Formats: sequence, structure tokens, C-alpha cells
Amino acid sequence: MALSVELGDDISVETNTRVRALEFLIQQKGLEGVAETVPSFRSLLVYYDPGRVGYDTLCASLGALAEQASTAVLPPARLVELPCCYDPELGLDLEAAAQRLGLTPDELIRLHSSAEYLVYFVGFTPGLPYMAGVPERIQLPRLTTPRVKVPAGSVGLGGAQFCIYSVESPGGYWLLGRTPVRLYDPGSAEPTLLRAGDRVRMRPIDRAEYDAILARVEARVYRPVIA
Amino acid sequence: MIRVTDPGPQTTVQDLGRAGHLRSGIPPSGPVDVRAFVIANRLVGNPDNAAGLECTVLGPRFTVEAACTIAVTGAEAPVTVNDEPAAQWATLELAPGASVRIGAARAGVRIYVAFSGGLDVPTALGSRATYLRGRLGGLEGRSLRRGDVLRRLPAPASRLARRLTAAQIPALEKEPEIRVVLGPQADRFTAEGIAAFLSSPYEMLPQSDRMGARLSGPRITHSRGHDIVSDGIALGAIQVPGDGQPIVLLVDRQSTGGYTKVATVGSFDIGRIGQVKPGQPVRFRAVEVAEAHRLRRQWVQALAEAAGGPVAA
Repeated sequence: MALSVELGDDISVETNTRVRALEFLIQQKGLEGVAETVPSFRSLLVYYDPGRVGYDTLCASLGALAEQASTAVLPPARLVELPCCYDPELGLDLEAAAQRLGLTPDELIRLHSSAEYLVYFVGFTPGLPYMAGVPERIQLPRLTTPRVKVPAGSVGLGGAQFCIYSVESPGGYWLLGRTPVRLYDPGSAEPTLLRAGDRVRMRPIDRAEYDAILARVEARVYRPVIA
Repeated sequence: MIRVTDPGPQTTVQDLGRAGHLRSGIPPSGPVDVRAFVIANRLVGNPDNAAGLECTVLGPRFTVEAACTIAVTGAEAPVTVNDEPAAQWATLELAPGASVRIGAARAGVRIYVAFSGGLDVPTALGSRATYLRGRLGGLEGRSLRRGDVLRRLPAPASRLARRLTAAQIPALEKEPEIRVVLGPQADRFTAEGIAAFLSSPYEMLPQSDRMGARLSGPRITHSRGHDIVSDGIALGAIQVPGDGQPIVLLVDRQSTGGYTKVATVGSFDIGRIGQVKPGQPVRFRAVEVAEAHRLRRQWVQALAEAAGGPVAA
């Protein structure tokens, strides 16, 4: 059984921070009967065991914690640095996106890689981060015709959002480049890399470094920089 | 050792699933029909979470090297051991070299096979359940292939052979009534849309899978847009995209999504909807949260009775 706690109806850092704060408070309290929580932009899905906690009791506890969510202090976020190769062979839309924005490809790369992004939540497919923090100057509406297949690791822009495809899937974001790092690796003991609340930065790399890192990723000896 | 001579169209290793990873986008997986799965395990003296097989529409053929017991539950399908007909919902003793064949489902979709000791595949995030889209768990994250060899974990020494009574075997109805709790976005639909949803039959479509059961019927009309700010998707959530057709999300579901959800199927009816064949109709009935809790307790009790002891479901 599950309950959805809605803390707003918008996509904003403020609302999402309250969602993550509520999840943190539930973990800290060790709320009886809560089995699993799933944060998203503006709500927290709470799976519970009705054999251990009644619906009314749980609603009351969650309501009380939700009120504390605006003032709760979250633990410090991790900062994850992801190498990204903006070679047009991997960033299929880099040149078109730059042209549309009235920028040179290098300016677009500089703006994209100098921003710091916040992982709102991870979901839809395993390990896929939904991120905020796209500079206004490089925001673009999504592609009119989505691609049928986007390779895993592709770094995409769509509106105010930024995502990195964790598995090969269809997609409608402008592809600027690709990271050799795997956000989802089913063969690893910890298959997913990013978590809700992480901060992410992209470090531009050239094709040679991309290939070198990719070889280390495939040999499972590469560790991204996490501070 | 179990040697797979014919895997059937989609046979996967499942246990009761991996909890706690939806926040990373990884669904629980596990059997769609938990009741049939747990009973199969009980019939061979296994813990409820022991790994067994979930087969879709058509069962596998396999031979066992050593003596063991198995049980076949779920969808109604012909079972033979060394070409002799054998019972479902019963403990079957297999001699070394026995060959087992499970045919096409006559009623229902998902057939379960439990093996004494449980299947020995590596655990991934604490579970042996297969998540096909994520290539995680089970046998190399995939469905079985011809020639695969499965091992069993050591089995407890003695077991009692048992067979369910006819009354204990869950019925596979022609037009099951599926109980739902309305929400979380029922307010995004018109009164006519909700009325259609709760009064008309919806037909199961062939493109249904472990991720979601796709249905077709009278349009469930939206009152203001079919997209929402993406949020978490509970087990049994019924998404209604712009075409007004419902999709019931199951054990391999995406963790979040951006379509409106008209209602949620109670966990006690997930197995029932998971046994509905393509082309077969279902009806939906709305219940209050308190009633859903009561139905769930009833389901747990009925399962405990059929399984021959309390369950931690």
C-alpha cells in the first residue's frame, strides 16, 4: 500500500527540497510501518505495511513531519563530477542547439559545463537523474520529434531540465555530449551512481580521454570524483 | 541440477522481489501473482521467498538430474512428468532424470514452478528476482534459454506431500471484478470518464507485460490535461494517457511518471489482474481505503489458510 504526500504543484528547488527533507525526517524518525519512499519533483510516495501502521495514524505522522520539512536541515549534499565529451559525434545536437541559441558550440559547452546541477530525484528508468540548474541562456524547448533510440550516457537538455540517459531509451532532449561513466550498471554491487539531492558538475573531456575512461569503466576500475 | 530443454516464451527466475530501490529507479520485480508463487513454495517446503520460475502463457520443459520435489501453480496448464499427467497445486516427487513438461495455459497467464530448496542464482541488491528491462538479477538478468542449467539450494530433509483442495485453489474468473481506490489524480477526469471507468468492461491487450497491463475500453476522459508533474507510481496505479485508455502498473513498473493516475488497484487484486488473458474483459469497482485494508487482511488470511501457515505478506 502507498500514500502520496504532495508538497506543491511546481517544479522548483524549494518544493523539491521540502520533499527530500520530508524523506530525511521519515528516515531519521524511523517511522513505524514505512517500507520505502520515492521522492519526485513535488511529492513523496510512501509505501507502508498496513499490518504495522494504520492509515489514519500514518497520515497524521506524515502531516506533522511535512510541517517541519520547510525548516529541516538536510545533511550536506555530495558533489559528483562527471566527465563529458562534447564531440559532435557523441553530442549529435550540439551544433544545432548552439545555432538555435545564437551561440558558438564552444560557448554552449562553456555555459553547460560551468553550471552546477541539483538532482531533484532519480527515477523512471534505473539511475536516471532529473536535474535542475540549467542556465537560462541555454534553455531550449524539447525536440519536436523525439529520437527512437538514445544511447546510455547521453547528456541532454530539454527546457529547464537536464538529464543523462542511464539506459538506451527513446528521448526528446537535445543531445550535447556523452559521459563515459555508467549511471546504471546492473553488474555492479551498487548499480546506480546518483541519488536525489546530489550536486553534479560536468567536466569537458576530449575524445581520447573519453575513450580512455570508457575502457576503465568497462574494466570496472574507474571511480568518478565524489566530494 | 535442472536442465532447460525448452524455456517457453518468457520464463524468468523470481523471488518475492527487491524492496527499497524504487528511489533509484529500480522496481521490486518478483511474481505478479504472489499468492500462486507463495503456495508453490509452501508445497515443496520452501521459505516463501525461495526463488522459482514465473512462466508466461506457455510453460517450459526441463529435466532434473537429482531427486527433488516441485509444485506448479498459477495459470491452469497441463503438466506431465515423464509424459504422465500430473496435478497442479500439489507436491510432485521427481525421481532422478525425470522430465517435466508444462503446456499452454488454458486459463490464466502466469504459471509458477517451485523447486525444493529454491533456485540458486546469485543475488543482486539482496534478491534473486529478474528485472528484464534492467538486465538485473535472476539468470544473467534475462529470461531462460534452451540449454540453461539451473542449480538448487540444499533442501530440508523431510517434507509432507500436500495437495490443495478445490476450494483453496484461486478461481480464474471469466470477467474478474478488480477493486480499486480512486486517486491520486481522480480529480483530473470528468464525471462521465470516471463513470465509464467504473461501469464498463475493459479488455486486456496483448502488449501487456510485467511492467504494465494495458487495457482497452470506453474512453476515460480528462477534464484538464493528461500530463502532470512527474511523481511516484505505486504498485497497481492506473495511468491514463491522452488516449483515455488505462494502464495498470505492475511489478516491473517505472518508478515515476508524468501521466494522470485515475485509481490504484489493491495489492490483493494484482495477482488476479495479472492472470487475465489478452482479449478477456475486467471490470473495476471503487472501494474506500478502509475497505481496501479489510480486503487485504482477508487476502492474507486466505493465503495463510491455503499455504498451511501464516504468511508475512
